[in-house]
Amino acid sequence: MSEGGIEDDWTPSPIELERRAFARRASVKSILIAAASVVVFAGVIAVILASSTGWVKVREAFFDPQVFIHSLPAVGKGLLQNLKILAFSVVGVAFLGTLIAVIRTSRSPVLFPLRFLAAVYVDIVRGMPAILLLYLIGLGIPGLRLGGRIDPVLLGTIAITICYSAYVAEVLRSGINSIHPSQRAGARALGLSHMQTMRIVILPQAIRNVIPALMNDFVSMQKDVGLVSIIGVVDAVRAAQIEVARIWNFTPYVAAGVVFILFALPFVRLADWYTKKVRTREQRGGTV
Amino acid sequence: MSVPSLEPAAESQFGPVRSSEGNPGGPVLSLRGIRKVFGNHVVLSGVDLDVQEHEVVALIGASGSGKSTLLRCINLLERIDDGQIFLKGEDTSDPRVDLDKTRARIGVVFQSYNLFPHLTVLRNVDLALREVHKMPKDQAEARAMDLLDRIGVADKAGMYPDRLSGGQQQRVAIVRAIATDPELLLLDEITSALDPNLVGEVLDLVRALKSGGSTIVMATHEMDFARSVADTIVFLNQGRIEESGSPQQIFEHPSSPATAAFLERFRR
Repeated sequence: MSEGGIEDDWTPSPIELERRAFARRASVKSILIAAASVVVFAGVIAVILASSTGWVKVREAFFDPQVFIHSLPAVGKGLLQNLKILAFSVVGVAFLGTLIAVIRTSRSPVLFPLRFLAAVYVDIVRGMPAILLLYLIGLGIPGLRLGGRIDPVLLGTIAITICYSAYVAEVLRSGINSIHPSQRAGARALGLSHMQTMRIVILPQAIRNVIPALMNDFVSMQKDVGLVSIIGVVDAVRAAQIEVARIWNFTPYVAAGVVFILFALPFVRLADWYTKKVRTREQRGGTV
Repeated sequence: MSVPSLEPAAESQFGPVRSSEGNPGGPVLSLRGIRKVFGNHVVLSGVDLDVQEHEVVALIGASGSGKSTLLRCINLLERIDDGQIFLKGEDTSDPRVDLDKTRARIGVVFQSYNLFPHLTVLRNVDLALREVHKMPKDQAEARAMDLLDRIGVADKAGMYPDRLSGGQQQRVAIVRAIATDPELLLLDEITSALDPNLVGEVLDLVRALKSGGSTIVMATHEMDFARSVADTIVFLNQGRIEESGSPQQIFEHPSSPATAAFLERFRR
């Protein structure tokens, strides 16, 4: 327990020893209580399930281990499609979201029409269920008969990009507005133009401030990519659906759910870890 | 506490002094009838001021007398409501002038430093050289390192500003402002946010800039410093220049009762 290299022959006082012993007893006690609580809860749930008349049927229909293992390859292959769409959408969202945020925070009168359009875009997209947006783009654009068949994967990617750009733009906009005006004054006083100020001074700080919110949007996005199944993309959800229809058992849905969760988990943890890190840094009173 | 390498003998160590190109012999800065209003509150009402090359002008006055606002108007961070501003004879209050180009000719140091917290000390200093003046990276970094060396923080070049003391941050902010060799330097109460024991090192740097020939307009509450370093003292009172003149004249024989009353409050 040495701190800062100061050497002394300190030994804990009896009062300190008593306090530590008490703290240890208290923590052992709370662990025991937590364990007992888990056992009781699990027992109650098990009893409710076992005593319900439909449990055996539900277990067969949703939790068949053999069907689970059997459906994993198809579901996993579908997930690769999700990942592909996710990767392209993330790039699209980063670009479009930043563009919209910069337009919405600009003050130039030249950009007024763009600012207006950006506000309308954000309002409409954020107000609309994502599933409707997917229908409109996934079924509407092919309906225009622009010539040739458009890959639903491409349409799904476009729809997800449009949807999440609106959310990300709003997060970035709040980040841009959170930067103190003195930073802008400092940059403009050096002779940096508005765009240079944005690119070099404001955005790097703004993005850092909103990284937890952006990560949250990312986690939400990778799960919503599963919605592309409704416009005919064979992704993890769609693959599970096909399996369900083939073997008349719902377990593939559970498999798809598990696969999605496992995939999201590292990012969820990463977001939590980073949010916590930022919070402790802020509470320490650091300036950066 | 004095900064190493800043002996009084070291004249013009902050680079060559700019000569007035546009109007030889004319003032670097001319203010004519500057008026600035915030809502119903008149902050500046008819300020006239000439600043000659190599001149150091200290703006003094109570808080809210318009010192900072005047500096922000000169740098075009605030738009004036009437009057004209001439920088080397060019009317910079004309709405057609390029704001960025004009600001690039003027260096500003703020009360709260306004260093960029996400950029290293070195990058803070070479930023304007590289991005505004398009100087090649190695050249800009060499110049920035040279300046940091002169203020004794070269070893902190790779650190972020929050690792530096307030005095160091403010000195970095000053060399950031002079890195591009501006025609005019504006200092806005640059010691107000500092601990008293850090004020000296910043003021020493300003003295070195003066001996290097910089043209400076500074708003300050440091009366002793204003008196020792400024060529001209300008006392702002209720949005007007109440009185201006040499330090001796203002501090020893103020002609206006308002000036005398203001200075009286600063004598212990």
